[in-house]
Amino acid sequence: MSKKQTSGADALIQSLHEEGVELVFGYPGGAALHIYDALFNQSEVEHILVRHEQGAVHAADGYARSTGKPGVALVTSGPGATNAITGLATAFMDSTPVIVISGQVKSELIGTDSFQETDMIGVSRPIVKHSFLVQRAEDIPEIVKKAFHIATTGRPGPVVIDVPKDLTDPNLTFEFNYPSEINMRSYKPAKVGDPKQIKKAVDLILEAKKPVIYSGGGVIQDDASAELTELAKLTKFPTTNTLMGLGAFPGTDPQFLGMLGMHGTYEANMAMHEADLIIAVGARFDDRITNDPKQFALGAKKIHIDVDPASLSKIIHADVPIAGSAKECLSALINELSKEEIDTNKLEPWLQKITNWREEHGLNHSMLELIPENGKILPQQVIQSLYKETEGKAFITSDVGQHQMFAAQYYFFDKPRQWINSGGLGTMGFGLPSAMGVQFAFPKETVACVTGEGSIQMCIQELSTCFQYGLPIKIINLNNAALGMVKQWQDMQYGGRHSSSTYENSLPDFCALSESYGHVGIKVTKLSELETAMKECISMKDKLVFLDVDVDPDEHVYPMLEAGNAMDYMHLSKDKKTW
Amino acid sequence: MKRVIALLMENQPGALSRVVGLFSQRGYNIETLIVAPTTDPTLSRLTMSTNGDEKIVQQITKQLDKLIDVVTVADLGESDFVETELMLVKLNKSSITGNEIEKFEGKVVFEDSEIINLQFVGEPDKLDKLVKELNKKEVLEIVRSGSLGISSNAKTLTINK
Ligand SMILES: Cc1ncc(C[n+]2csc(CCOP(=O)(O)OP(=O)(O)O)c2C)c(N)n1
Ligand SMILES: [Mg+2]
Repeated sequence: MSKKQTSGADALIQSLHEEGVELVFGYPGGAALHIYDALFNQSEVEHILVRHEQGAVHAADGYARSTGKPGVALVTSGPGATNAITGLATAFMDSTPVIVISGQVKSELIGTDSFQETDMIGVSRPIVKHSFLVQRAEDIPEIVKKAFHIATTGRPGPVVIDVPKDLTDPNLTFEFNYPSEINMRSYKPAKVGDPKQIKKAVDLILEAKKPVIYSGGGVIQDDASAELTELAKLTKFPTTNTLMGLGAFPGTDPQFLGMLGMHGTYEANMAMHEADLIIAVGARFDDRITNDPKQFALGAKKIHIDVDPASLSKIIHADVPIAGSAKECLSALINELSKEEIDTNKLEPWLQKITNWREEHGLNHSMLELIPENGKILPQQVIQSLYKETEGKAFITSDVGQHQMFAAQYYFFDKPRQWINSGGLGTMGFGLPSAMGVQFAFPKETVACVTGEGSIQMCIQELSTCFQYGLPIKIINLNNAALGMVKQWQDMQYGGRHSSSTYENSLPDFCALSESYGHVGIKVTKLSELETAMKECISMKDKLVFLDVDVDPDEHVYPMLEAGNAMDYMHLSKDKKTW
Repeated sequence: MKRVIALLMENQPGALSRVVGLFSQRGYNIETLIVAPTTDPTLSRLTMSTNGDEKIVQQITKQLDKLIDVVTVADLGESDFVETELMLVKLNKSSITGNEIEKFEGKVVFEDSEIINLQFVGEPDKLDKLVKELNKKEVLEIVRSGSLGISSNAKTLTINK
C-alpha cells in the first residue's frame, strides 16, 4: 500500500505530532496561512493564540522549562519573525529547548524585498543553537526531526525552522515518511566525562577542607538534581545555586547556602571567596557570579563539569575540566566517591564558619513579623506571604528587576523546574507569557508570576490570552511605582538622579485593567491586609487574580556585590558594607 | 600570535555565514579566510588565520566546533604544518625586467604590450617581503589569496565516522 500523500503544511504538523508536541503557541499571518489551515483540519496538535509573538516564544519557553520537553512557537514572516527575536534570545541565553517555526515569503520572492520579507535565518543567527531554511517540501520531516534533536540534546537551545510559503502549499504533495532516527556526522554532543578527570576530581574532593558546590541551570536542564543532592549529602559539602539553578538543591535544606552572585547571600559569596575547592556543575562562571574574574576565589581549585566544552576555562581556569552531561558526570563521581572513605569531620571548622556568616548577615526569613515604622509593605514580606500561602509548592515565574531578586532570595525552591525566570538575557516581559506555558502544562497547579509594574506592562496584552483559555495564573505585582532596579543603581551610583525611572503618576489602575480583561483584581496598600488578600488570591483556583501590592518604593535589594572587586565586597544595606 | 585554523563543514547554504558570524559576534578577528569544496562534494574545507593567544585560540576552536554545520576543526599550530599563499600582481610591463621576475620566483600568467600579470606562491612572510620590493615599482594591483594550511605529519583532517 502506498503511503499517504501530504502537503508540506500537513507534514509539518504531522511531524510535530510525531515529536509528541501537543501545544503550539503562535500568531497567524500571510506566509503562515497554509500552516494555519493545516492546523484547522486536525486535532492532534492544539494551537494557542497569543496576543504578540514575543508572548508565543516565552510561553513555549515556560512550557519547556517547567516540563523539560521542547516548547514550540509558530509565527509568520517579517514582523511576526522579528517579534519572536526577543523570545529566541531569552531562550538562547538560558539554553532552553524552544523551536520557532516561522513562515517565510515564497521561495521565488526571497531576496527581492518582497512584502513582509525578513531574512529570519540571518537575523536570528547569533541567538539560535541552529536554524534551517527549508528548500524542498519533502525535507520537512527530516528537518523537524533534526531540529528537535538539536534543541534538546547536549547544551539545549532554540532552533528556528523558516518555511517559505510555496513549500506548504496544499497543491504540492509528497509521500510522508517520518525518520525514526537521525544521525548527524557534524553533531555529537559529549555525554560521559573522561574517567581520568573524574578520578582527579575525586582526589580533590577527598582533600578539600573548605569546599563549595556551585550549581547552575545545567543541572536542572539535565534532570540531574537527584545526583547533585546525592553528591552534596555524601560529601556534606555546602551547596549554592545560581539564579538559574534554584531548586536543583532543596532550598529548605540546612546545607543550602542560598543563591550566590550579584544579589547572592552573604554566606554563599563568602564561602565562594574563601573556598579551597569549588565544584561547578552546569554553571558558567558568568560575570553576575564572579564579580572581577581576576580576583575570583583565588585560593580555590576548580572542578568544572559542563556539557558544553566551550564553557570550560572560558572565564575561570578549570583545574579539572570535565566535559559531559551533568547527570552522567555526577553519577560517575558519586560512584567513584562511594568506594572511598570520606572524612567529613575535617569540614567542621568550615561549616562552623559558614554558620557564623549566616548568623551575622544572612537573610531574614521572618520579615512577616516586622512592622515597618513608615507603615509601608516591604517587598520581601509579599514574597514570604506568597511562600506561606502556597506552602512553597507553587511554580513561580518572574520578570526582571528587584521583584525578581526578592523572589529568588525569599521563596525557598525545593524542586527543580519550580522557579522560572530569564536569568541570562534578563528579559522584562517574560513573566506572564512564561506563566501561561507553565499553566498549560500543569493546569491543576498554582502558577504565580512575581512581577513589577514595569515588567508586567511589557507583555500585558497576554491577559487576553489568559482569559480566552481560562488560565488561573496569580499575578503578584510588587508595585513600587518605579523601574526599581534601575532606580536602585541610580541611588547607588548616580547620586540619586532618577533619570526616567519613574512614571509621574501615569500608571494604570491594574485591578480595573485586569477586570476589563475578565479577571479579578485585588489591591493591597496596608501590611495588615496583605496576608488575607494573599489567601484570597491563591484560593481562587479557577480565576486569574491580579494582586497589586503597593510596596515601599525606597527598598533596595541586598546583598549586592561591589563591581570590580572579589566576591567578598558586598553592600549589606544602605549604610553597611563589608569593606 | 598568528594561528592557522582549518575546518571541514557541511557544504550547505548558511554554513559559511555561521562561521564568519561567530568571529564578529565573539570579538575574534579573521586575518585571512579561504573556503572551497573538498573531493567529497558534501564538505567544504575552510582555512583561516587569526591572531590571539593560546586561550583565545582554544575558545575559537571550541566555539567553531560547537557550530552544528562544522564537522571537525583543527588548530594547525598544534603540530608542524605547511602554510602557503598565492599572490597575483599586475604591473606596467616596462617597470619590471625578466631577470627581476626570475629573482622573485614569479611566473608570468598574462602579458601584452603594456601589462604584465605575475603569480607568486609561498609562505605569507615571504610574500610580505616581496610586496615591499614590488612596491618600489609601478604596481597596478596586488591580490592575495590568504593562507592555506596542511599539517606536515600523517594526521589528516577527516570526518570521524
Ligand atoms: C526589555 C528590558 N528593557 C530594559 C531592561 C532594564 N531593566 C532591568 S530591571 C528594570 C526595571 C524593572 O522594573 P519593574 O518591572 O517595575 O521591577 P522592579 O525593579 O521595580 O521590581 C529595567 C528597566 C530589561 N531588563 N529588559
Ligand atoms: Mg517596579
